[in-house]
Amino acid sequence: MAYTRELKELIKKVEATRPARVEKKKRGEEFHLLSLKERQERLEKYHPDFKAGSKREIRVGPSKGYAISPEIVDLLEARSRLNPDLIDLNKIAYETDILVIGGGGAGTAAALMAQEHGARVTIATKLRHGDANTMMAEGGIQAASKGEKDSPYFHYLDVLGGGHFKNVPELAYTLVTEAPKVHAWLENLGCMFTKFPDGRLRALHGGGTCRKRMHYAADITGAEIMRTLRDEARNRVQDIKVLEFSPAVELILNEHGHCAGAVLYNLETEEYFVVKAKAVVMATGGSGRLHIQGFMTTNHYGATGDGLVMGYRAGVKVCFLHTVQYHPTGVAFPEQAEGILITEKFRGAGANVLNIDGEQFVNEREPRDVESSCFIRECAEVGKGIPTPAGKMGIWLDSPMIDMLMGEGAVKREFPGKYILLKRFGIDISLEPMLVYPTLHYQNGGLEYNNRCETSVPGLFSSGEVSGGVHGENRLMGNSLLDVCVFGRIGGVSAALYVKEKAKDGRLTLEHVRRYHKELEEAGIITDRVAPMLLPDYSNPKVRERQLTAHYIGTIR
Amino acid sequence: MEAQEMKEKELVPIFIMGKRYEVPSSLTIQKALEYAGYQLVRGCGCRGGICGACGTVYRFPGSYKIEVGLACQTMVQPNMYLTQIPFFPATKSVYDIEKVNPTIETLMKAYPELLRCLQCNTCTKSCPMDIEVMDYMAAAMRGDVTRLAELSFDCVMCGLCTSRCPAEICQYNIAILGRRLYAKYVAKKAEHLAAMVKMVETGRYDPMLKELMETNEETLKTLYTAREVEPEQADEYWTPKDKTYL
Repeated sequence: MAYTRELKELIKKVEATRPARVEKKKRGEEFHLLSLKERQERLEKYHPDFKAGSKREIRVGPSKGYAISPEIVDLLEARSRLNPDLIDLNKIAYETDILVIGGGGAGTAAALMAQEHGARVTIATKLRHGDANTMMAEGGIQAASKGEKDSPYFHYLDVLGGGHFKNVPELAYTLVTEAPKVHAWLENLGCMFTKFPDGRLRALHGGGTCRKRMHYAADITGAEIMRTLRDEARNRVQDIKVLEFSPAVELILNEHGHCAGAVLYNLETEEYFVVKAKAVVMATGGSGRLHIQGFMTTNHYGATGDGLVMGYRAGVKVCFLHTVQYHPTGVAFPEQAEGILITEKFRGAGANVLNIDGEQFVNEREPRDVESSCFIRECAEVGKGIPTPAGKMGIWLDSPMIDMLMGEGAVKREFPGKYILLKRFGIDISLEPMLVYPTLHYQNGGLEYNNRCETSVPGLFSSGEVSGGVHGENRLMGNSLLDVCVFGRIGGVSAALYVKEKAKDGRLTLEHVRRYHKELEEAGIITDRVAPMLLPDYSNPKVRERQLTAHYIGTIR
Repeated sequence: MEAQEMKEKELVPIFIMGKRYEVPSSLTIQKALEYAGYQLVRGCGCRGGICGACGTVYRFPGSYKIEVGLACQTMVQPNMYLTQIPFFPATKSVYDIEKVNPTIETLMKAYPELLRCLQCNTCTKSCPMDIEVMDYMAAAMRGDVTRLAELSFDCVMCGLCTSRCPAEICQYNIAILGRRLYAKYVAKKAEHLAAMVKMVETGRYDPMLKELMETNEETLKTLYTAREVEPEQADEYWTPKDKTYL
């Protein structure tokens, strides 16, 4: 779907202002950055988190009274997929030292480190190993790696500034000090970072960074990290078993209150079965597929917040879920690619963002929440958004500038993934700007944990996007791949040490699920909602009406 | 604009595993499957063209040609006969990345069938990412790990090449071995990174970080606002004026 005639007309305005903007860039003149006070004003007026009705208090469980997105509250105020009375916990299908729930970046990093510390590991994953948001992260991974201009001190300041200074300090400390080690680990595993010929890591800015410390592997950094970690896990097949198409639906505790495994569901044969473990690492990722406030999302098909539900029912509090991250630049046109992520690296490489007149209205490198708020303001209040054929609004992202700044061929070289993607739709992003709009991107908060990845439930560890605190109220670019590697590794090590030193065998139980059901009833929540959701339902509702004998539990037939 | 909308509502026939469905012409194959009533479990992943879950093959009546695409990235076309190939059995050599060299011997030991390659180019024609698969296979046979890594970099490991290879080779697993060998053994190491790891381990940054962790929000805001920002257009060797916290 190439640009329509109307849009091509509008692109002329972008082209008209381009030479002057490129010259300004070359002189080092930037559109002014907002002060902290101005940032706050934009957020409060335009960010979706501040919209009336965007939050509701949870009525049950360990964080009762905490107000978060209603879409997540609905999951927490739902019944288990399981009737605990129907499953025989004595019938154990698999037994392992450590069960890792989730086969993305965090889960796989955890599995590798746990294995290195002597544990036998089973990874349970909803779809295929590697089907996760990690695979989709594009722009890069942050670390202060160049001592002559950067240090973990500045990385820490940036992380906190992005997170509105609310981040849990010990978590942010661990993130920034582990960052260089994680990069060295990845380099050593054979992860193909983009480098200068002398081996120096190429780096760019991200929104809200004070030093160029965003390292990358072209524009498929997450895919490169994920396929490397997965290949390594497959090399350790003796100790790391993977159960695909087998999402966990409930944690199992034991009589001592320790986490001792999970009930998994075979999506293909529709059986439930028990995995017994001495420790569990929760690494299920985020929840973009809940489409909070109806937003389109960049997230993976399986990002339905399952780990939040399971952890919460087992007694772990949730935190920082009152903020949700909207990435400023999701595809707004063509409609077929709607919501797909356009990496922040485009802006890091110098591409301006522009309104319908081809004018700048915000610096392209504000933190994501601020940048998104400014886009929404430009469209909704100023009225200078670009109308799409589908009747929505968009903002121009002026990618052709990058060739003019970095040399001809830079767009194709630095952004091969996006270049091919849009080329398929008849748009050449080295010649034409992209049309973008904010899209639901990241679950800033999650399960409460500490910098050893321990939760309040002994034997249950939490790693990656399912957890909350490290990014405060807003994550910066390049810190999620970092998060999954740093806390994935730590989760694996902590779980392995726990297995050696503290794990205590005991009778398995789902009593916490029964208690949770009772609590729901006592709170007057009579519902047939079930959670975890497992998969969003995108099938045709008209077809469903004709499925006269079908029976759905939640979204799954 | 109206004409556009009309066009998008237009239904076209497609044949999913031989069975006819009418779907809007504006949909991708993936969304068309859902429109037809499927709830996808297999053959659906990132929905953004990078995970390789939704490799799809199709043909048109009267055409000899086998076409390929990722279901999430390919628009439906009238009368296409399609099937997804969400999984295809593959060979995966188990190796210790610490104990191999970036040489032809490593590739041959891990995947001896590599030499069966006929250079028929079917793999390249089967690649939905437009990768020159045959060329990287040729590089592999020459032991040119660098070229193998470069040419295969965009691979999403969907397996379509493997499904059609007459020599029964699993190209994409050879490619990832090549990329790992290149990145670990051929590309120069980032010396600044190793130096930084050492500095972190000596605890050099702990006192200054401790200061930040213990200070109040107001001070943090002042420090944050005052921090020196590296100019976007600065070259690789820019250094800040204030070196106190380096």
